[in-house]
Amino acid sequence: MRTLHRALLAILVALLPFAAARAQLSIEIVGGAGTTIPIAIVPFEGEAGFPLGITGIVGADLTRSGLFRLVDYAGMPRPSRAEDVRVADWRARGADAIVVGTMRPYPDGRVEVRFQLVDAGKSTVLASQVYTVGQAQFRATAHRIADVIYQALTGDAGVFSTRIAYVTKQGNRYALLVADADGHDPQQIVASNEPLLSPRWSPDGTRIAYVSFELKKPVVYVQSLATGARIAVANFRGSNSAPAWSPDGRKLAVTLTRDGGSQLYLMNADGSDVRRITQSGAIDTEAYFTPDGGSLLFTSDRGGSPQIYRLNVASGAVERVTFDGTYNVTPRPLPDGKGMVYVRRDGGRFQVAALDFATRQTQVLTQGPLDESPSVAPNGKQVIYANEQGGRGVLAAVSIDGRVRQRLASPAADVREPAWGPLPRQ
Amino acid sequence: MRKLVFAAFVAVFLAGCSTQQTQPEAPIDDKSAAGAPGTGGAATSGLGSGGVAGAGAGAGAPGAGAANPLRDPNSVLSKRSVFFDFDSFVVKDEFRPLIEAHARYLQQNRNARMTVQGNTDERGSREYNIALGQRRADAIKRMMTLIGAQDAQVETVSFGKEKPRDPGHDEAAWAQNRRGDIVYSGE
Repeated sequence: MRTLHRALLAILVALLPFAAARAQLSIEIVGGAGTTIPIAIVPFEGEAGFPLGITGIVGADLTRSGLFRLVDYAGMPRPSRAEDVRVADWRARGADAIVVGTMRPYPDGRVEVRFQLVDAGKSTVLASQVYTVGQAQFRATAHRIADVIYQALTGDAGVFSTRIAYVTKQGNRYALLVADADGHDPQQIVASNEPLLSPRWSPDGTRIAYVSFELKKPVVYVQSLATGARIAVANFRGSNSAPAWSPDGRKLAVTLTRDGGSQLYLMNADGSDVRRITQSGAIDTEAYFTPDGGSLLFTSDRGGSPQIYRLNVASGAVERVTFDGTYNVTPRPLPDGKGMVYVRRDGGRFQVAALDFATRQTQVLTQGPLDESPSVAPNGKQVIYANEQGGRGVLAAVSIDGRVRQRLASPAADVREPAWGPLPRQ
Repeated sequence: MRKLVFAAFVAVFLAGCSTQQTQPEAPIDDKSAAGAPGTGGAATSGLGSGGVAGAGAGAGAPGAGAANPLRDPNSVLSKRSVFFDFDSFVVKDEFRPLIEAHARYLQQNRNARMTVQGNTDERGSREYNIALGQRRADAIKRMMTLIGAQDAQVETVSFGKEKPRDPGHDEAAWAQNRRGDIVYSGE
């Protein structure tokens, strides 16, 4: 019988890569936008000699952000260096900026990729970079070029080189996957016949904390992305859930029920030195550190309905943050520390909203009706979240001003629990 | 008898299969599990503990049902689900006899252990729903310990909205999913 088990397990494991491949997300813009920056991206000199190009990916990245539109280069000369760009001609085409470059193979098989970003108005070079890479790094190189262009033209960091984590459910099979921000190259991190939820990236992007039910109860694990090795950092009597990393990556806030009721605890990221940090008779859960690490935003029903509160970690002082409505949950601070996104219920409709701490102004970003689990991009400009369409879980993204909307769909699975990873280390 | 033995065999085989499949795929260094009271065997070990703890009869054969009051369909102890109203963790009167019966069973079988699993309907935050389901499980446990069960005999956990019994999206489905389930160790 054991041999039969092994054989069945081997078949299951062999099938997993196909399951992961089917789970790739496709991303489309479904609504938007105010002003967009017109940009011409000229195919790089030498690019046609490679099976996978670069400029097509750069263009797709910038278009998907909703902040750019591509200017047609058909019938135009195709310069490869800034000094050969006749900006008046491109201005006549409607372009505010032009991207030119070259790709030259080295004898060792690597490729030198060189690009320049030209301002069509001032005729100046806004950015230029040279990369020497293997062909396997073409996608990553294209995302880095898109990041440079995005930053030069908008002033904000680009997030095209980041990754996202999400959970898929196919039948009764759950998987936690990590993919590039454009949905490519999904990699399975863990799979289980029991639910997986609440994936949270360590600030350096090397580990993911998540909740798994594989022990027939919620248990918090921390797993290394490089090795796949993991530890159960919180497996106490009762339920263990809602992990949140401190900005320095050394501590986790979690929700435990080991002392009765759902309360917040702080522990080292290896699970040691657990100490309780809230003492309410109510529910305190789904904490999230503010970017300065000094406070936790969390959900509590201590006032009678679920609302968002802020806990000063050093002093223990708690103040209420949300006041409008009877259901405000899942706080996610913005990277600049000046506001947060969260989920509010309004007449049975669950929507993602943004709150500015200084003005106390709320802006509803999404339409619902079942939006949940928002996660903010590391540049603070987009929010990815889960919702439901036609009875199936899908992901969506919205710009922080609510103008640009994207849908991230998977053809074969329910998709939920998105978590936007940090900016890659330079 | 032959049928019972076969049923037991099938049960053992199926339990073995499901245990095998839920084995985590990543290597585990489960450092906290050993030190966590009450979690070791409560939820996972279906076979090694030898059947229903403290059940007196049946001699550890999970399929030998007739002598085991937990599995006797004529016994209230075979009833395991407590249903709740929307946004409520108040145990309704109709479920008191069920909870009292299990509490007395725990009182009379001090080796028996159970997990109460709280569940919610699909609306709202996943993590907040885990806390709400926990509250339902805790309400059931509180009633049991008042009657005479010992704290160590009952672990309360929550599945939130993650494991709906009814996958539908209407009030009838939600009513099925606002629930606490009683599962004895070894079952």
